[in-house]
Amino acid sequence: MNGIVSIPWVAWAVLFPLASAILSFLLGQKRVLWAGIPGVFGTFLSVLLLSSQVWQQGPQRYAIGGWRAPLGIEWHVDGLSIVMLLMTAVSGLFISIYAVGYYSRQSRGHKHSNNLFWPLWLFLWAALNGLFLSADLFNLYVTLELAGIAAVALVTLTGGQVALSAGLRYLLAALLGAMSYLMGVALLYASFGVLDIRMLSALAAPGPAVFISATLMTLGLLIKTALFPLHFWLPPAHANAPAPVSAMLSGLVVKGSFYLMMRLWVEVFPSSLWPIGGQFLGVLAGAAILWGSIMALRQGSLKMTIAYSTVAQIGYLFLFFPLASPRLFIAEGEVSGPGLYAFWGCVYQALSHALAKAAMFMAAGNIMRVLGHDCIGRMDGVNQRLPLTLFAFGLSGVSLMGLPPSGGFVAKWLLLKAALEKEHWGLVLIIVAGGLLASAYVFKVLKHALAQSSQNDLLERVPPTMDIPTLILATLSLLLGFTARPLLSLLTRGSIF
Amino acid sequence: MNVMYLYAVVAVLLFVIGLHGVIAYSHLLRKIVALNIMGSGTFLLLVSIAYGRPEGGPDPVPHAMVLTGIVVAVSATAFGLALVRRLYSETGKPYLPNGDTEKSGR
Repeated sequence: MNGIVSIPWVAWAVLFPLASAILSFLLGQKRVLWAGIPGVFGTFLSVLLLSSQVWQQGPQRYAIGGWRAPLGIEWHVDGLSIVMLLMTAVSGLFISIYAVGYYSRQSRGHKHSNNLFWPLWLFLWAALNGLFLSADLFNLYVTLELAGIAAVALVTLTGGQVALSAGLRYLLAALLGAMSYLMGVALLYASFGVLDIRMLSALAAPGPAVFISATLMTLGLLIKTALFPLHFWLPPAHANAPAPVSAMLSGLVVKGSFYLMMRLWVEVFPSSLWPIGGQFLGVLAGAAILWGSIMALRQGSLKMTIAYSTVAQIGYLFLFFPLASPRLFIAEGEVSGPGLYAFWGCVYQALSHALAKAAMFMAAGNIMRVLGHDCIGRMDGVNQRLPLTLFAFGLSGVSLMGLPPSGGFVAKWLLLKAALEKEHWGLVLIIVAGGLLASAYVFKVLKHALAQSSQNDLLERVPPTMDIPTLILATLSLLLGFTARPLLSLLTRGSIF
Repeated sequence: MNVMYLYAVVAVLLFVIGLHGVIAYSHLLRKIVALNIMGSGTFLLLVSIAYGRPEGGPDPVPHAMVLTGIVVAVSATAFGLALVRRLYSETGKPYLPNGDTEKSGR
C-alpha cells in the first residue's frame, strides 16, 4: 500500500490552511510568515496530491469523523470540485508570493495590516476549499458565510473611511445573500428531510416549495456573485482593497458562490425550472457583460476599471444557464452538444478569469506602488519603469479580450459555439461585443501606460517578488489555451455530466 | 399540524419584516438588527420543522442547524457592529456614504 495514496488529502486541503491561519495569528508580529508560508505551500501541495488521487481513482467521498450522511457531514470531490480547488491553489500560491513582497515594503506604516493579512487569507482559503468540497447544503452555507466574513475583513484591512464603507456594503450584501440562501435550505429540508446534495437530487420533484426555495437560494447567490444588477457592492470593495486582496476577491471569491449556483441548478433543482431560470439569468448575464464593460471603459482609475471588468466577466459565467440544458445531454449519454460546450466554456471562463484578473490587479498594485496613484490619464512612463508588469497586464488583457491562444479564447469560443448551436443570436452578439469592449478598455490603459514620460526620475521600484508572480499568473492565463484537453477531461471525471 | 403552520407563517413574516428593514433603513445599526430579525425568522422555521415529524420526538438535524446558524449570526453581527463603530469614529455618521458606486473614481 502506497503511503501517499492512502492519506486523505481531502481533509488536509482544509486542515492545512485552517491550522496555519490560527498559528500565524497566534505567532503575530514578525513571525507571522513562519506559519503563513508553510501553510500556503502545504495547502497547495495537498490540493495537488488530492487532484492526482482524483485523476487516478475517480471521485472521492469523505465522511468527516466517520459519520455518514444523512446524520454526518460528507465531503465529495469530483471533477468540477477539483478544477475549482486547483484554480484556487494556483492563483493562491502566486498571490501569496506577491503578498510577501507587497507587505515587506509597506510594513513601515502598516504593521497591523501585515499581521492580519496572513491569518485572514488562510481562513479565506480554508473556507473556499471547504465550499468546493462540501456535499451538504447547510455545510455549504457555513463555508459561504466564513468566506464572506474573511473577505470583508480583508477589504477593511487598510482601515480608513473608503475601505470601511466598501467593506460594510460588502458585508451587508453578503449577509443578506447568505440569509436568503439559508431560508431556501430550510424550505428544502422541510419538504424532503435531507441536506445531502446527491440524496436531494434523487428526491427533489417540482412543486411550489422547491420553486420558492430555488428562487430564494438563487437570489441569495446572485447577490454574493454580484451579477448585474446586484453588483453594486463589488466595484468599491474590489477597487479599494489592498492589491493582493483585490486579486483574490475578483479572481477567486466570486467563483465560490458561482460554483454553488452551478451545482444547485444542475444537481438539485428539477429540470422543469430551467426554461424560466435560463431565460431570466441569460438576460441578466447579457446585461452584465454590456453594462460592466461600458462602465469599465468610463472609469478614470485603473482599479475601478479592473473591478468593473470583473462585473462583465461574471456575466460570461452566467451564460451557462441559458446555454446549458440540464440532464438533457446526460440522459442521452452524448459527449458533445451545446450543453457540454456551455459547461466547459463556463468552467474555463472561471479558470482563465481567476488567473488573468488576479494578475491584472497585481499589476495595478505594482503601478500604484511606483506612481503613488492609479489614475489612468497620468500613467505615462509606466512602460519605462515597470516593463515586466506592463507586459503582464497586456498578457492578462489578451485573455480577457478572448484572443487566441489564451484561456479566455477557449472559454469564449466554447460559449460562442454553444450559443450558435442553440441559435441564441442575441447572446452571440453580446459575446462578441463584450470581447470588443474588453479590448477597448485594455487598450485605453495600455495607450496611456506606453506614453513616454516627461520626467525620468525613478520614484520607487518594486521587488521581484511583486512583478515575477504577476508575470507568471498572466503567462499561465495565456498558456491555459494549450492545456484545454487534459483539464477538460479532468473536469468530466466523475462529474455527473 | 396547525401549530406548525402558525410557526411557519410567523417565521415568514419575521423574514419579510427583516428584509424590509435591511432595504428601507439607512441607519447601519438598524440594518444589522434587521438582518438578525431575518435570521430569527429562518431559525424559527427550522425549529418548527423539527417539531413536525410524524413518528414523534423532534428531529435533531434542524436543531443542530439552528445552533450552528446562531453561532454564525453572532459572529457576523459582532463583526458588523465593530465595522460600524470604526466607520462612526472615522466619519461621525452611522450611515454609508451613498450614491458614488456607479460614478467614476472614488
